[in-house]
Amino acid sequence: MAGVARKPRVAVWKFSSCDGCQLTLLDCEDELLAVAGAVDLAYFPEATRGDIKGRYDLSLVEGSITTPHDVERVKDVRRRSKFLITIGACATSGGIQALRNFADVKEYTSIVYARPDFIETLATSTGIADHVPVDFELRGCPISKRQLVETIAAFLAGRKPVTPPHSVCVECKLKGNVCVMVAHGTPCLGPVTHAGCGALCPSYDRGCYGCFGPMETPNTASLSKELRVLGMDERALHRVWRTFNANAAPFREEGQRHGR
Amino acid sequence: MAVKTIKVDYLARVEGEGAFKVVVRDGKVRSAELNIFEPPRFFEAFLRGRAFSEAPDITARICGICPVAYQMSAVHAIERAFGVTVTGPLRDLRRLLYCGEWIESHVLHIYMLHAPDFLGYHGAVDMAREHGDAVRRGLQLKKVGNQIMELLGGREIHPINVRVGGFYRVPRRRDFAPLAERLKWAREAALETVRWAAKFEFPERSRDYEFVSLRHPNEYPLNEGHIVSSRGLDIDSAQYDEHFEEIHVERSTALHSQRRGGGSYLVGPLARYSLNFDRLSPLAQQTAREVGLGPVCANPYRSILVRGIEVVYACDEALRIIDAYQEPDRPWIAVEPRASVGTAATEAPRGLIWHRYRLEADGTIAEARIVPPTSQNQPSIEEDLKEFIVDWLSLPDEELRHRCEQTIRNYDPCISCSVHFLRLDVDRG
Repeated sequence: MAGVARKPRVAVWKFSSCDGCQLTLLDCEDELLAVAGAVDLAYFPEATRGDIKGRYDLSLVEGSITTPHDVERVKDVRRRSKFLITIGACATSGGIQALRNFADVKEYTSIVYARPDFIETLATSTGIADHVPVDFELRGCPISKRQLVETIAAFLAGRKPVTPPHSVCVECKLKGNVCVMVAHGTPCLGPVTHAGCGALCPSYDRGCYGCFGPMETPNTASLSKELRVLGMDERALHRVWRTFNANAAPFREEGQRHGR
Repeated sequence: MAVKTIKVDYLARVEGEGAFKVVVRDGKVRSAELNIFEPPRFFEAFLRGRAFSEAPDITARICGICPVAYQMSAVHAIERAFGVTVTGPLRDLRRLLYCGEWIESHVLHIYMLHAPDFLGYHGAVDMAREHGDAVRRGLQLKKVGNQIMELLGGREIHPINVRVGGFYRVPRRRDFAPLAERLKWAREAALETVRWAAKFEFPERSRDYEFVSLRHPNEYPLNEGHIVSSRGLDIDSAQYDEHFEEIHVERSTALHSQRRGGGSYLVGPLARYSLNFDRLSPLAQQTAREVGLGPVCANPYRSILVRGIEVVYACDEALRIIDAYQEPDRPWIAVEPRASVGTAATEAPRGLIWHRYRLEADGTIAEARIVPPTSQNQPSIEEDLKEFIVDWLSLPDEELRHRCEQTIRNYDPCISCSVHFLRLDVDRG
């Protein structure tokens, strides 16, 4: 590029979410000021009063689409963004909000709100890619700090981020964990779950509950069979696929095969 | 007629999506409304039909900043339903985890969300250009809170190690050694934080709030205690419904709470501090006196100091717990599900949070209710706006808007939480 290099303009957007994934950026206590020095954090309302106008080189998008207004807003975000990266399970597959996709949202509204007629909401919660093209997805509920810094660094260097799509099992092996399923009979979604957390749950003597969503080509049916052997009944099997990535296709389909 | 409207369509430096609108007529504030447009998230509905053991993982997802508050309230309520009490080192570890969340959440608010209002910056990154040492101190202090969360919870956001009955895995005594060193530094940094913030200029504003918080016989409240108020209320969490109610107003996806029969009340650091000053550690009390805080503080702009005092306390308390820690025989105690109802209230960084669960005989959740701090504070925020900005009405719109935002940020509102919860419109006509 000729002339004085302009710092890339970065925006952080929020849709339906808990704010945890964008908080991950503020939780990079050692890297935050360096990141803020390398880019122009032009729009990040959780951290700064700033302007929404203009175009962005990189948009980090958190949250799922659950209202008619947000369907339009995300299209506007896409138009203004050169690169659009979704951060976390909500933005990637609809998040926990997607549990409504399998229920009657009117009934849900009446459970929570005294005046359902005041509430405007869609019947479904969907990931960003269901509405606009997405350039890269970061998994996790919440995303990993390390993967977030890697992704921003890769963007700045103009290369693809390194976020391996293998299973949590591989991370357990790398870490030298004893397998909680084989050794203790603890049900674990590690064999079908996308890596990135560093095999956190098995490292704490519990089974993975799938918060990074499905790995590449997961064999969910085979795992269900194994989980049944470990004592899970149909209702439990239904629930285990219906959590923070319930709307990610492999988990959604496996969840439909069980339950009730 | 001189009429004007001040609006902010997307309030910055708060957690979640909200806006506000203030309508001014002939030099008087006619109305002040906080609008919460964070989309509804239906957690109470998701919880129906789930196993009791899933509640800590599901409720954590209500809020990325205070997941521990949700997890703790859920496990306490369910344990009460099952007739189980967690004691000894497991109880202490829960308190320690909560200290981690208070440090992480309070320091985020002090340095990154609230201080820029006093020093005139858009955010901490701008502020770092001229106040680099302070911002770096804030980040490192926040990090110590997160290190507690990471060690004990597995990660900072949505910790994975909390279960009904205790933890999945408990740390060894020696695991705490490096953390204890960091906490000693953090306690000094927290003292510096209070002294630094004490130099800010605080608007002289206060109101006659009804403070509501937990109170425990011998501890500054985190996980346990009676619900008490500055007007004589003293109840068990099971009686919450008899004294408080939630109402649904059209402009908000958050429910508003009030005392039954009407009347706003205040939860959060000011309430906790003013009702429990005598339960603070000697160092925290002494620091409060040093910066001119009495045993009661009713000026919400000074909440930044009270948060600082609570960080001093949380560091003190965390060090006390680590020092006394004896590894328990088992990381959790067994629970036996039964058809039952359980309630619990704990102290989230932003204030009292209340949960109620009705459970079936096999431990399935039949019904869940969650009242987060911000929906309880929402009426109070609106009353603050109405009362406090009167003397600022002659300011230019941009300054007035900023004063209004600051008034709301005093509360450290957590909007994603209260959705079941913000935009500023100042209407001058």
